[in-house]
Amino acid sequence: MPDLLLELFSEEIPARMQRKAAEDLKSLVTHALVERGCVYEGAKAYATPRRLALHIAGLPARQPDQREEKKGPRVGAPDGAIQGFLKSAGLSDLSQATIVNDPKKGDFYVAVVETAGRAVPELLAEIVPAIIRQFPWPKSMRWGKASQHAGALRWVRPLQSVICTFGPETEAVEVIHFDIDGLVSGDTTRGHRFHAPDTIQVRRFDDYVASLERAKVVLDTDRRKDIILHDAKNLAFARGLELVEDEGLLEEVAGLVEWPVVLMGSFDPGFLVIPPEVVRATIRANQKCFVLRDPKSGNLSNHFLLTSNIEATDGGKQVIAGNERVVRARLSDARHFWELDQKPLPGFEHVEGTLLDQRLAKLRALNIVFHEKLGTQGQRIDRIVALAAELAPVVGADTAQAKRAAHLCKADLVTEMVGEFPEVQGLMGRRYAETQGEAPSVAAAIEDHYKPQGPSDRVPHDAVAVAVALADKLDTLVGFWVIDEKPTGSKDPYALRRAALGVVRLVLENKLNLGLTACLGRHFGVIGQARSIAADAGAPGDLLSFFHDRLKVYLRDSGARHDLIDAVLASGQQDDLLMIVRRVEALGSLLDSDDGKNLLAGYKRAANILRAEEKKDGEGAFAGAVDSGLLQLDQEKALASALASVTQQVSEAVKAENFTGAMSALATLRPAVDAFFDGVTVNADEAGLRINRLRLLSQLREATRSVADFGMISG
Amino acid sequence: MTQAVSPHRSFQGLILTLHQFWAQQGCVILQPYDMEVGAGTFHPATTLRSLGTKPWRAAYVQPSRRPKDGRYGENPNRLQHYYQYQVILKPNPPNLQELYLASLKAIGIDAALHDIRFVEDDWESPTLGAWGLGWECWCDGMEVSQFTYFQQVAGIECAPVSGELTYGLERLAMYVQGVENVYDLNFNGLDGDDKVTYGDVFKQAEQEYSRHNFEHANTDMLFAHFKDAEGECRALLGKGDAGDHHLMVLPAYDQCIKASHVFNLLDARGVISVTERQSYILRVRELAKACGEAWLKTEAGGA
Repeated sequence: MPDLLLELFSEEIPARMQRKAAEDLKSLVTHALVERGCVYEGAKAYATPRRLALHIAGLPARQPDQREEKKGPRVGAPDGAIQGFLKSAGLSDLSQATIVNDPKKGDFYVAVVETAGRAVPELLAEIVPAIIRQFPWPKSMRWGKASQHAGALRWVRPLQSVICTFGPETEAVEVIHFDIDGLVSGDTTRGHRFHAPDTIQVRRFDDYVASLERAKVVLDTDRRKDIILHDAKNLAFARGLELVEDEGLLEEVAGLVEWPVVLMGSFDPGFLVIPPEVVRATIRANQKCFVLRDPKSGNLSNHFLLTSNIEATDGGKQVIAGNERVVRARLSDARHFWELDQKPLPGFEHVEGTLLDQRLAKLRALNIVFHEKLGTQGQRIDRIVALAAELAPVVGADTAQAKRAAHLCKADLVTEMVGEFPEVQGLMGRRYAETQGEAPSVAAAIEDHYKPQGPSDRVPHDAVAVAVALADKLDTLVGFWVIDEKPTGSKDPYALRRAALGVVRLVLENKLNLGLTACLGRHFGVIGQARSIAADAGAPGDLLSFFHDRLKVYLRDSGARHDLIDAVLASGQQDDLLMIVRRVEALGSLLDSDDGKNLLAGYKRAANILRAEEKKDGEGAFAGAVDSGLLQLDQEKALASALASVTQQVSEAVKAENFTGAMSALATLRPAVDAFFDGVTVNADEAGLRINRLRLLSQLREATRSVADFGMISG
Repeated sequence: MTQAVSPHRSFQGLILTLHQFWAQQGCVILQPYDMEVGAGTFHPATTLRSLGTKPWRAAYVQPSRRPKDGRYGENPNRLQHYYQYQVILKPNPPNLQELYLASLKAIGIDAALHDIRFVEDDWESPTLGAWGLGWECWCDGMEVSQFTYFQQVAGIECAPVSGELTYGLERLAMYVQGVENVYDLNFNGLDGDDKVTYGDVFKQAEQEYSRHNFEHANTDMLFAHFKDAEGECRALLGKGDAGDHHLMVLPAYDQCIKASHVFNLLDARGVISVTERQSYILRVRELAKACGEAWLKTEAGGA
């Protein structure tokens, strides 16, 4: 069966776009083929800085014949309808249509349109140019003489040539010919820009890959990544060093080279006085180089690894020397910023306090806008300070320290270092705070108040950091709820889901009892008043359920049953996240026990009976108190007395936040419930007895409801 | 003397080599525009000539002023006044990348020894209402040029597209001469007492202009100049408007350039707040757009 080879050769494609573009090419071409009835055995797409390539194996040589049935009007329909049908079905005469009988509609016409399948190359000659013209690049451009005219071909960078060949493994392949604005498809490409710039003629995928390899082009991104990683580790090992792995950088670097050659360079160890994160950020962002560390001490080494695109004739000496020069210049800049940030700030020398206080004063003076509707960074800092002070006693932090940390937490945004490397925000604030004599908890909180940044990021445990981290996130969340810019669908431009998950993790992983309703309510008031915006009355409740959603995702990811989470959340207003989790855990262990399982079965039976009888008597018909005088059988007396004592125990245990206790108390109901259903007829003939027994079951339902809605538990 | 003007001996040798190279590609070799600009792109030979359908090829050195980048002559890599080598080819020839690489070869950068790379960099000039796609060109990890296919200039779609190359001359010279400090560059390629360095030529200027840009430039005067330039640009565009053609675009565009530079000075003096900044950029862009539109009504603009 024939294969397709397609290569789109262009000027350098941005690294970050290559993988997605290859996948898009594959799905566009294969979908177009399948849509036309052409199935294939396998397809794989590839990308290098200068080419996208697609190989589709096992295509048919011809498209299968197509047969389509077109429903027409009923027999005897007006002539207009008949003529329209003939025209749309391409029939010249009504005799070419068949008559089909439908038991409901009677006889009607059906046209069977049969189209002979076309040769696949012919289809491809239509499909491929159309896909090239409509390719979904994030950003595309026009170029050259053709760009003078409207509708000129667009590509990510100028498209230079196209290979499109088709044919079986054993025979000659054919070039599928098309012409897009003068760009004619063919069977030639070029190798490495410097090592093999000449034309290469190819036939099919196998010899294409082999020819490219000879021309110093590794077609597969993942193979280039493997080569880089492997060579990087080996070079590091040979020096007694360890590679600081960086998947994002590796992916990018693999998109910058067709023939990766890893080389090692070094810099003056004197630069290691700069915080290691900054050294790494400098070398990574500007140079796309990997850093190395000493495996014993974990300290950063003064060596780095670069990935060159050539096998230089001098073994890479000049390439290394050039990269070292640039690294040196960049690190000099970084050291300059590091020193400058630790000097008085011109114009703010007289601000009371530390050097960071001077930076904070500048931040305020600049009136940097946080969000148009939510005011400046300075105003936000004031709110975070107030909220952190309020949260400090709840999380067990020293209030003065929490306020100080909140006060300084954004000051590093105006330092030279963060201006140059935004990714070290927080960390620089911490380093400067440390050198300026802030308390260790305050310094740590400046870095950690941004944390956790996602499901796998570190959660701070120091109480001061926790207070400021919560205040920062809650202020953000409440703020965006006040101005009604909540996440919708896949759109979450302010990363509010991440912030809410951060709150969830901070609360749970530090075992904090935080009454969210009161806390959120107050802050809604603070922001609403400060910004003169009246938030929607439902906003605080809406934000609370947003937290519940994040909590569900978090618990589900940690293996909790989602029906138990729903059962606990449905049992009433739940603004204490830790309590919700405790309830879920206690409920889980109750249901793991036999008593729990049987109790659940008893509950379900009771709930089913109640639901059926409430349909007759109306909602709430059995809410009244049990009349002990009407209890006749031993089993119902036993259940009534068990319920009375258990309800009491459960409510006391819940009040004391002892959910395991509450669950064990519930579990003791099991024998009484089982005996009741064995020996008592609920729907007694005598109306008074029936009502009383239903009231008893209603009490059972209520007793469980104080811990969870058992009705939402599956199984 | 021939030795002295080789590109790795002298700064001027580098410039002369590039002139030779691009002259052979049919470029008109122009002299710098006689006004203060932030980049070679502001030269009307690029901004205005990239608009309209008429073919155009030019190369020139453009002294570029970035008042904020002044470092009082103390930073080995940063200057408030430096040279850009600018090439503009309209429409871009299909082999522009190859031509660029050949120009590097001409100045002594051998692609068998040096790792030359085209790394994504989408260029945008908010003040000129211009954008394009292209790359930073790297040599051994150092950015030595900008390579852009203009898509829009002065808010107008480029038809056809021009290719623009901008070489950072000092950086490139430091690289080919192998010096670490820009002020140590050999300017004239001679030795001993006859040698003139980049520092001899420009260090005092860097010190003086840094004082001016950051401390002493008269901001009241500059604010007035900005307003005057803006007003004059609009006035000239009005007076030159002859219906379907325009008679005075270049003088109007000079005022746009002037406003842009005055804004940069005010920005360096730190007297423009974050919110105001955006509105100043927008005001310059409006001037650039109006000039671009008027240019299309002139002969050189293809009218």
